[in-house]
Amino acid sequence: MSHGTTHEHDVIIIGGGGAGLRASIAIAQENPSFSVACVSKVYPMRSHTVTAEGGAAASIKPNDTLEDHIYDTISGADWLADQDAVEYFVHQAPPEMVQLEHWGCPWSREPDGSVAVRPFGGMKIERTWFAADKTGFHMLHSLFQTTLKYGNIVRYDEHFATRLLIDDDGRCRGCAAIELHTGRVKAILGKSVIICTGGAGRVFPFTTNGAIKTGDGMSMAYRAGVALKDMEFIQYHPTGLPGTGILITEASRGEGGILVNKDGYRYLQDYDLGQPLDVSDPRHPLKRAMELGPRDKLSQCFIKERWAGRTIETRDGHVVHLDLRHLGEAKIDKRIPFVRELARSYAGIDPVHQPIPVRPVVHYVMGGIDVDSNSATTIPGLYAAGECACVSINGANRLGSNSLTELLVFGAQAGKHAARFAMDHPDYNVSALETQAEDEGARVRRAFFDAPRKGGERIVTLRTELHEAMENGAGIYRDAESLEAACATVADLQERYAKLNIDDRTHSFNTELTAALELGSLLDCAEAMAHSGLQRTESRGSHQRLDHTERNDEEFLAHSLAFHQPDGSVPRIEYKPVTITKWPPGARTYGAGSGLKRE
Amino acid sequence: MDAKDTMTLEIFRYHPETDSEPRFQPYEVPYNEDWVVLDAINWIKDHVDGSLTHRWSCRMGVCGSCGMMVNGEPKLTCAAFLKDYYPFGIKVEPLVNFAVERDLVVDMDGFMDKLQEVKPYIIRDDVNDTSEGEYRQSPAQLAQYKQYSMCINCMLCYAACPVAGHEDEFLGPAALALGHRYNKDSRDQGQAERLDVMLAGEAIWGCTFVGECTVVCPKHVDPAGAIQQAKAMAAQEFFKGFVMPKGTGA
Repeated sequence: MSHGTTHEHDVIIIGGGGAGLRASIAIAQENPSFSVACVSKVYPMRSHTVTAEGGAAASIKPNDTLEDHIYDTISGADWLADQDAVEYFVHQAPPEMVQLEHWGCPWSREPDGSVAVRPFGGMKIERTWFAADKTGFHMLHSLFQTTLKYGNIVRYDEHFATRLLIDDDGRCRGCAAIELHTGRVKAILGKSVIICTGGAGRVFPFTTNGAIKTGDGMSMAYRAGVALKDMEFIQYHPTGLPGTGILITEASRGEGGILVNKDGYRYLQDYDLGQPLDVSDPRHPLKRAMELGPRDKLSQCFIKERWAGRTIETRDGHVVHLDLRHLGEAKIDKRIPFVRELARSYAGIDPVHQPIPVRPVVHYVMGGIDVDSNSATTIPGLYAAGECACVSINGANRLGSNSLTELLVFGAQAGKHAARFAMDHPDYNVSALETQAEDEGARVRRAFFDAPRKGGERIVTLRTELHEAMENGAGIYRDAESLEAACATVADLQERYAKLNIDDRTHSFNTELTAALELGSLLDCAEAMAHSGLQRTESRGSHQRLDHTERNDEEFLAHSLAFHQPDGSVPRIEYKPVTITKWPPGARTYGAGSGLKRE
Repeated sequence: MDAKDTMTLEIFRYHPETDSEPRFQPYEVPYNEDWVVLDAINWIKDHVDGSLTHRWSCRMGVCGSCGMMVNGEPKLTCAAFLKDYYPFGIKVEPLVNFAVERDLVVDMDGFMDKLQEVKPYIIRDDVNDTSEGEYRQSPAQLAQYKQYSMCINCMLCYAACPVAGHEDEFLGPAALALGHRYNKDSRDQGQAERLDVMLAGEAIWGCTFVGECTVVCPKHVDPAGAIQQAKAMAAQEFFKGFVMPKGTGA
């Protein structure tokens, strides 16, 4: 890793997905004299936002209210969301979504030209905006194309950030990043920094997440001293394709698709999710009920059906069936054409004529970099937004279609506050930061290029063991024993990681080196997930303990905070209370009569 | 499936730091009928040769990263199944008509510049405040441009295009289709500005209407059709002698 050059801007954004691009535009538009750097390990339109399918929530229709969106989000989160943050989010959602419409996003429309909405799981009233079933793709491309309008957004495409640079006053002032094309380590400096690097689903073997979702930003913040919050909460989406883990969107159930077990029975009715309506009933699908229950509960129901021997065994493991046939070809092609394309290509079945085999799949990390509702971390000048951040509006279970909106609302919020910080704190010591970047280059070189070629293990060996440990230890149902085993394996892997052996010791486009660095990030995230899970001796939302089966508000109506220990010992876990404004914790009910009670 | 079955992938290798010219390297991979070509390449990188270099991410045909030449045809390797080639060998090369950075990775800078040139964003004289709500757009108006908005920037169409490789001024299928997408959007008023770019030099006129771009598009975009329509619009604009004031819309 040769030392590269130094590049100075006003605000540095790490990550070019939905949140990073929204933040870039927010700054570029409001501060035309500012130079904004967007540093991304891939070209922005490759970012994982691109794969989101079903839609983005914002309450705009006359039959909906902001209060309903707030309540659905808080109850969906099993009361672990901060209610002030949720209120801000829900209020900002409509203007942000309209803004994206003004920027050209091709939202699906009603005959009168207004934006169309569809229902999603855990929603009392339909409020999901959609662009057929490629919503994330259209949002990402609309945002990316809009950034091309602003000359003051400077892109660092295919630059892999590996370390945050912190000045003598403890303020975050940039990052060290490897330019993939040359292998040089650059110091990219600014007056404030926003991390928007997405989630860490690749900690697990069976995930909807793309290869790039390796928790790099979470790891960088963790190592700089920011806590990772609520990392024990991992969302399994109930409908992934077996084998590949490719997502079949919740919109397929929002449009009326049903889940059946091996007997063709709609098994969700056995798990307190309400009674099914016949698919021909005009009221089907009932909202906040059955197939439109929340993701955590639906994924848990699958496991219980499996334990009861009522799932279908295939060569890719156990599945249930997602049946869309009654929707008919015309509706499937109009509203969820990508589902048909994916099922045909990757499962070899046509959902117009056959049910789709599905099983739960790791989809989203509710936890992340600890930030407040201004998107600020505990390090001055450092902000985070999107899946890598934990505000928290998602609590113990995120509602489908809140994450895309979150990218916009908190991307813009982070941009606004980072710009303000940059204006208020303009000066920093360039040479001290350059030295840190040089040190980082030397660290990477020592760790991966100077190591002896003998004795070390391959990346795939360690990654496969990590996958097994996390799937077995920190899956949909966990207990002390399984989590302790996961913690022990992660610790063992961290030791072996120090002796990793890579074949490629060259500079230009060394993707084996980036895979090695990504594995380091995954290990950090896994450590926080397993230890936070072990300490939380209750069941809440997506965190279900077989040895502590009840929610325990007295002890755990609190966010976990995992702090990295520089000496390599296990993370310190602290707690901070959840902010409750108007919605005291209550029973989380779905099915008939669920949802916000009106006075 | 016989677990011992294998297939041979012959992969283009070139490293600018060590190679004076490219070569092909054969790799034997397990044959799995569910695998796509990308799975086989990842298996090689993980288990056999960590220096093999390629781009990929979503492995579901939407991020656009993994376009390569598979037996001479531009393909998304996450959507090209081994079973469609079995038992014969597969030759994998980087997309043609681009400079090679390393192995299967091509230089995208020129492509990115071309995307930017067509001004792929909404241009309006009067910008509504978000408090006024969304711009109305009927389903029929949406249908005018929707298919052109489906491009994933995978660049297969540039690899298929006989002009893109040797005419630098030609903006190419994806960029022109994207410009056309905004020209056809009822919310946009920037057509005249965009057509100025498209009319210059060989920007659009380079196209000889071979139509291969449309044939290879994995997302069923019709860049060839977009280019023909845009040429017609550009010609109209030309004959108006550029007297139409900017921003009067489509």
